[in-house]
Amino acid sequence: MDLLEYQGKEFFASFGIPTSEGTAVTDVDAAVVAADAVGYPVVVKAQVHVGGRGKAGGVKLANDADEVRLHAGNILGLDIKGHIVRTVWVEHASDIATEYYASFTLDRSAKKHLGMLSAQGGVEIEAVAESDPDAIAKIWIDPVDGLSEQTCRDWVAAAKLDPASADDVVALLLKLYTAYTEGDADLCEVNPLIITTAGKAHALDAKVTLDANAEYRHEGWDVYAATQLRDEREEAAHAKGLNYVGLDGSVGIIANGAGLAMSTLDVVNQVGGSAANFLDIGGGANADVMAGALEIINRDPRVKSIFINIFGGITRGEEVAKGILEALERVEITSPIVIRLDGTNATEGRAMLEPHLSDMLQSQPTMLDAARRAVELAGGRS
Amino acid sequence: MSIFVDENTKVVYQGLTGSQGRFYGLRNRDYGTQVVAGTNPKKAGTDVDGIPIFASVGDAVDATGATASCIFIPAPGVRDAVMEAAEGGIEFIVVITEGVPAHDEAWFYNKLKRDFPGVRLLGPNCPGIISPGKCNIGITAGEIAKEGGPVGIVSRSGTLTYQALYELKTQGIGVTTCVGIGGDPVPGTSFIDCLEAFEADPETKAVMMFGEIGGSAEEEAAAFVASSMTKPVVSYIAGMTAPPGRKMGHAGAIVSGGKGTAAAKMEALEAAGVKVGRNPTEAGELMVSVVREHGWV
Repeated sequence: MDLLEYQGKEFFASFGIPTSEGTAVTDVDAAVVAADAVGYPVVVKAQVHVGGRGKAGGVKLANDADEVRLHAGNILGLDIKGHIVRTVWVEHASDIATEYYASFTLDRSAKKHLGMLSAQGGVEIEAVAESDPDAIAKIWIDPVDGLSEQTCRDWVAAAKLDPASADDVVALLLKLYTAYTEGDADLCEVNPLIITTAGKAHALDAKVTLDANAEYRHEGWDVYAATQLRDEREEAAHAKGLNYVGLDGSVGIIANGAGLAMSTLDVVNQVGGSAANFLDIGGGANADVMAGALEIINRDPRVKSIFINIFGGITRGEEVAKGILEALERVEITSPIVIRLDGTNATEGRAMLEPHLSDMLQSQPTMLDAARRAVELAGGRS
Repeated sequence: MSIFVDENTKVVYQGLTGSQGRFYGLRNRDYGTQVVAGTNPKKAGTDVDGIPIFASVGDAVDATGATASCIFIPAPGVRDAVMEAAEGGIEFIVVITEGVPAHDEAWFYNKLKRDFPGVRLLGPNCPGIISPGKCNIGITAGEIAKEGGPVGIVSRSGTLTYQALYELKTQGIGVTTCVGIGGDPVPGTSFIDCLEAFEADPETKAVMMFGEIGGSAEEEAAAFVASSMTKPVVSYIAGMTAPPGRKMGHAGAIVSGGKGTAAAKMEALEAAGVKVGRNPTEAGELMVSVVREHGWV
């Protein structure tokens, strides 16, 4: 779950990390009120789930109310890499002496937490890693031990940050690690982490990804869930509790199991088509879930054919067939369906589907055959 | 032979009194698995269809000699359940539960490594493990697997595993052990752990490895195959067409910052001499031809 910058800053602030005072607003008048409240000069920043805001004109300094009005007016509604700006964050401008970089994330390979710190902040860390890898000081933290103050101090020294502000940076990093672990974040990145002209460490930006699996133990995360980037189809699927990702192709996909669903997209692509979505309905395929899935797929104007790819494991083929037939009674389908049903008792399941087969409901024996047929019905590559 | 579990493995089910735990626990017993106990602190002394329930894993181990546990506890309780199993004397812990927070996983993975180095953890978010004809722990449908070998299977995905088992069975090819390592970011058992065990198992002649996008476990496995495996390995990687930055069903299946793509994994595996199918069916066919060429069936 990716947070917008202002949400990330609120998240940081809740762990005591110094951030700039500001307000998130959705119209120009409110931006002026917010700017008056925090005091000039202010920075008006586009709130979108994409990087490169500055270059796109989404971050502007304003010295008075007129400038706020001008910039907020320009930024609201701006298209940044396909993301329309609906919210701007207005904060008091900081006096920057130095810009650093700091982040915590999980190193899946080492199975430890990875901390990265660099004196080269304010630029993309990937670029630093490419041009000057030694400029990034890395530490691997055992989750059982956590991050000690001494380790953190050594780390700051290894990154060759200004010793004058080391105490302040160490304090911020320890809080950032707490935010990362206790806050159940997949990523906490501060870029830039600034030292103000007054010598204080301060998070000028916030990039936070939260672990959706931990939502049950954090109150208030529903606010973040509401601002996730989802298209209408994803919104509807999410409301039904379906594991759905919208794509741009023309073959609607329903499969059981994440691996099989991913594999289904691949196979559709291999035979010359492209999928309109990823949809994993999970291990079993009861009528309710199947009907819900079909409703979502059927509503998508991109979809020209539907490929239901089911491998029966514990759930037997005849139960799957029963679920599909019940679902079809409840949902009026406008695109032809191709079903591949395999696995436990697939023969029985296919026999149950047999009397209902038509141009609109076709059955194919293998995943590849079914993919070919579905792509054919969708009119090839979209 | 088989790896990790066999006909002598005695299993305690943590969560046997819940609906999922009961359903799969009893199914596993019907398959022939020695399901010797369940745990539930509030229901100690009762039983589930004849399987005794104990207050703790420690009590169950003392009374039954269980060496493995299978966890069907809801995600919030998994961290404690894993530690209870390890402290209770369990050597092989299988976590079926999906949706365990990543920080919990990272914590108990490292805690076990440090305090219980002899304990093997499988999962979380995995379908379990089956040594066909001997022992089935988890949610795999036993009837789709043929016993006897010569193929060992390791996979991040449940349904793709089932498909592989089924395709091999329809070709008359058996499986020594099929391990589902799960789709989470910090799996307790890695591809390499399984490849190493299969390499050492005399009855396993070839290994089928199903990976997917996200992380670098497949690349690490490829390096292991190149350096340490003599047995042929056939692979398939799911997610060639997955969009970057999106979690594809599994918490760990995500291409981030251009890393963890299917193309990079396939390339690494092929460079290590692994035969890589473009889809699960093709991988199945590749394995069938490997087995036939060597006259293993």
